Amino acid sequence: MEPKEQSKEKKEKLWFWNWLIASVIFRLVLIYFPKNLNLASRPEVSTPLTSLRRLAEGYWLKQLSVSPYAGSMYHGSPLLLSLLGPLTVKRIEGQPDHLLCSLVFVIADIVNAMLIRATGQNLQMEYIRSLKLLDHVKLLEKPGKIIPSGDIAALVYLWNPFTIVACVGLSTSPIENLAIILSLYGACKRQAPLAAFGWVIATHLSLYPAILIIPMILLLGYGPDTPPRKLFLQRRNVEVGDNPPNDRCCEREEVVHRPEVPHIFSWRPVIHFLCWTSLWSVYVLVLCGISVKRYGGLWELFKRTYGFMLTVQDLSPNIGVLWYFFAEVFDFFRNFFLIVFHGNILFMMLPLAIRLKHRPCFLAFVYIAISSMLKSYPSVGDSALYLGLLGLFVNELADMQFSFFLFCGYVGVSLLSPVMHNLWIWRGTGNANFYFATAMAYACLQIILVVESVSAMLNHDRMLRKPLTELQDGKS
Amino acid sequence: MARFPRPTISLFLILSFQIIFSAIAFGSDFQESDEEEFSEELLLRPLPDLKVLAHFHFESRAPPSLSNSHGRHHHLFPKAIAQLVQKFRVKEMELSFTQGRWNYDRWGGFDPISSSNAKPPGVELWAAFDVPQYLVDASWKNLTHTLSGLFCASINFLESSTTYSAPEWSFHPSSGSLRYGTLPREAVCTENLTPWLKLLPCRDKAGLSVLMDRPSIYRGFYHSQQLRLTSPEFEGRLESGIVLKQTLTVVLQPDSQRASNTYSSETKLQPSWSLSSIFGRKVTSRCVLAKSSNVYLQLEGGLVTELENVQKENVISWIDNVGSEGWRTNPFFDLSVNPDSVLREVNGLHGSSSSVLYKYSVAKYSDSRPFDLGLTWKSPVVWSCPQAPLHASRFLIGSGNERGAIAISLISTGSNEHFLGANIVEDRCKLEVDIFQVVPWYVKVYYHTLRVFVDGQPQAVTDVVEKMRVSPSEDKVSPGVMELVLKFPCDIKSAALTLEFDKGFLHIDEYPPDANQGFDIPSAIISFPNFHARTHYFEDNSLKKSPMLSMFQEKSRVRSYSEVLLVPLTTPDFSMPYNVITITCTAFALYFGSLLNVLRRRVGEEERFLKNRAAKKASRLAQLLSMLSAKIRGKKWEPPQSPSASSSFISLKLIVKVVLVTGIAIAWQYYSQ
Repeated sequence: MEPKEQSKEKKEKLWFWNWLIASVIFRLVLIYFPKNLNLASRPEVSTPLTSLRRLAEGYWLKQLSVSPYAGSMYHGSPLLLSLLGPLTVKRIEGQPDHLLCSLVFVIADIVNAMLIRATGQNLQMEYIRSLKLLDHVKLLEKPGKIIPSGDIAALVYLWNPFTIVACVGLSTSPIENLAIILSLYGACKRQAPLAAFGWVIATHLSLYPAILIIPMILLLGYGPDTPPRKLFLQRRNVEVGDNPPNDRCCEREEVVHRPEVPHIFSWRPVIHFLCWTSLWSVYVLVLCGISVKRYGGLWELFKRTYGFMLTVQDLSPNIGVLWYFFAEVFDFFRNFFLIVFHGNILFMMLPLAIRLKHRPCFLAFVYIAISSMLKSYPSVGDSALYLGLLGLFVNELADMQFSFFLFCGYVGVSLLSPVMHNLWIWRGTGNANFYFATAMAYACLQIILVVESVSAMLNHDRMLRKPLTELQDGKS
Repeated sequence: MARFPRPTISLFLILSFQIIFSAIAFGSDFQESDEEEFSEELLLRPLPDLKVLAHFHFESRAPPSLSNSHGRHHHLFPKAIAQLVQKFRVKEMELSFTQGRWNYDRWGGFDPISSSNAKPPGVELWAAFDVPQYLVDASWKNLTHTLSGLFCASINFLESSTTYSAPEWSFHPSSGSLRYGTLPREAVCTENLTPWLKLLPCRDKAGLSVLMDRPSIYRGFYHSQQLRLTSPEFEGRLESGIVLKQTLTVVLQPDSQRASNTYSSETKLQPSWSLSSIFGRKVTSRCVLAKSSNVYLQLEGGLVTELENVQKENVISWIDNVGSEGWRTNPFFDLSVNPDSVLREVNGLHGSSSSVLYKYSVAKYSDSRPFDLGLTWKSPVVWSCPQAPLHASRFLIGSGNERGAIAISLISTGSNEHFLGANIVEDRCKLEVDIFQVVPWYVKVYYHTLRVFVDGQPQAVTDVVEKMRVSPSEDKVSPGVMELVLKFPCDIKSAALTLEFDKGFLHIDEYPPDANQGFDIPSAIISFPNFHARTHYFEDNSLKKSPMLSMFQEKSRVRSYSEVLLVPLTTPDFSMPYNVITITCTAFALYFGSLLNVLRRRVGEEERFLKNRAAKKASRLAQLLSMLSAKIRGKKWEPPQSPSASSSFISLKLIVKVVLVTGIAIAWQYYSQ
């Protein structure tokens, strides 16, 4: 029996690696595609913040010793500029123009997938452990077994058309995603320096991940996702109340279990994290300061990057809804709505954090989904990230509602949106409202996804509680 | 108007100057340059494509302001202009109103008129100020408003920083105090011409400006009215004051009915014309206030060469055939009026022959004998105008409303062989071309995509571009400016530059009323710094130099303007801002509400706990009542669900809330009034 199982496991592992290599080959095929796919200029792929073309313009200006932020082309980080800029200029004879950049993005994608996989494995271990703690043998011995969520999430991330398009379409979002995933991974593994580094870089690259600091702290303080702490306490109460003198081995087991029950918020890693965060931020700020010293200093940098993000100045269409809203809204109300829309991200932070504090990874997923829905220049790269992370919770969210509807909706919107864009921009037969309608539908889909996943997760926790309460009821 | 004899006028002038300067203590030693001067001139030139060019040149000069410190009093120089120069400290300024496009192929691209009077359509304004750098923009804004009022045009739109730019070297050599702006879509009509004419001392009542019959001017193919100011006194040169040059360049089509029936060969006979036939008016008198008042008829070098070629058998060239009749009539054309003198160009660039100028002084003519110059062609002649080394044109590449590319194509006119001799500086002959281009911010140019093609072959940008200055456009703040110095080998046939751009998306308020017409990209300026358009005419009496001819003699670089490009931009739906706002806000409300609802939902035991608490809270009386009713019915008593109690409780709460909100609303209303 055992060697057979081992070979089965090996096969499964090989299966993962095969798919990974296939995804890389698929990306390379797209990069070498003889006809220009023009993915780089798609509004879904490259926003003013993530377009590599704008980065190349910024780099070119910098080479002319003009500030890269002169003009309204580049709004990204100066570090990314000095990292990717030289690659945009280098050409290899007989190869596609942006081969080097594309390769960087492919590598970033693979690293992302690997980190997601590692995070997933970590989460799954914790999941099984906590289930065992709660004596949920039924769940563990279900016919479906526990799906290896890490592999699933990694493959979902790699084979998501959104990810592929964002990677091949020369947008910098794979690198932004890399920073976010790195911080999540670091926090899951309780490596404060790595988590702090990822968080600082992610915040530096695209501001919105700043809200991830709450899940980071929870993750470092409480450890990875577990069922609510109350359950463990109840469980222990039940055990203690149920069979106090009955069995000694049980008691011994409990003694063994007790320190493992993670219900104490440990401050040490959190303080470590905060220290490292300040260290890394100072480091990043110093680096930025050096690179923009000649061009107006840090204040100018913040104005041109974060200011540009927060005050939605570029009204070119993207898959979000804010561009059309701010193209139409009366100037008088502009500031008000800017505050309201950005406030919407912040309003939900606290309720979510209170309700989901025992599942910091899931909380991070929800935050990422919300910010990618409400951010000023969303692109499919952001969606690719949260859809990949969604795979991590495949066990918990198994009985999520509307999942088929959501899947169809995503497929429909991603097919319709380019069509409407084409009708409006290229053929002139459509109207801006057509495209806006698809953007609206997409926003609604994301809303349903977030709401349903949160409710499914809460239901899952309820479901875990049920046997316990039954036990309690039976006792009483 | 009465015709004054010359001594009378000079006496009058001197008298008037005496009156002006009598108040000044040291006014006795003023010199010739301290007088205000005005001169009017008209240049007529037949063009190869059966049209006629008329170029009016009015020049007013004011003495330096330092010579009279007791404020200013002008009798010839327009006071509005003098005040403007003093107030904004304008060093140099040029304002042009143009309708139509100068045809560089047919009307020439190398002579002084085409390089300084061929202007882009609409309004072009540039000005250099003698103020500190930080005040230049403020001066520019004030200047645009003043000019806007002065010329009844929307020049004040140039006030916005998105419309003007500060070229550094490619446009005009100046030290950063120059501002340049254009309004390509400005319609030019009589309401702009009338204030312009008001600046002339005789307006259009006398002198050459009588010819400016509005219908005939605006019927033309091209007209450009221009106002050029120079005040060298700000540059430290105190010997001369403000110089105001007003020019009007018109290309008109003479009626060719008479000509068409006589010749039907492949070469068409030039239409004969006279001043009265093209303008519908005659010059009856000079403007008495003008120092000189001349009309010139210019025959271009190419035409003269043709004439000479045909007349080779004659030993004596037709032009040297001195004698009044020889000037008037020759085998090709007849002139209705005998010229006073004939001027030949000195050192014509075109080797064999140089252009010829017939000079007429208007002073001799009067009401009874009006001046009506006529040119009657007798045999067909074909010639070509001198061309700039490269013919520039600009166009858009691409379709759709997302992106595109601007291309500037430079095609050799084949005329640069003439200039090769003068141009070889090093071993390899290089043709230098300056390009100055302003692009509005909503056309987002990627300057790193600049590509250069020479003779159809792509070239490395660094090989061709000698010098480059780019100031990229900033959204809603400043336009993109590109200044380039290109060096081509002299034997190029064609060259092309392409620049890719993305089209911007504007707020609905930023679209003009006719949003679907598109947006204009102002003309690019292509100039050739090594080529100078100057024609020097030999004049016998160099003392009384004609201002127009001395302007022709000035060294000015050959310059041409490219086409104005029309870029259609995508429009949002203008009709439904409310729908967009409400739908978007609904989506956000959906998000907020449903997520909060999910988070707020309680689990079973919590609900039960709440129920218990509600039951405890319910009044004893209700409990008793329910117990009683249960006994009556004979059922087992249950702990009350008490929905009624809770609902009444809620309704009470609701009422309190409503009252609170109305109270706040009333208070707010009260205080805000």
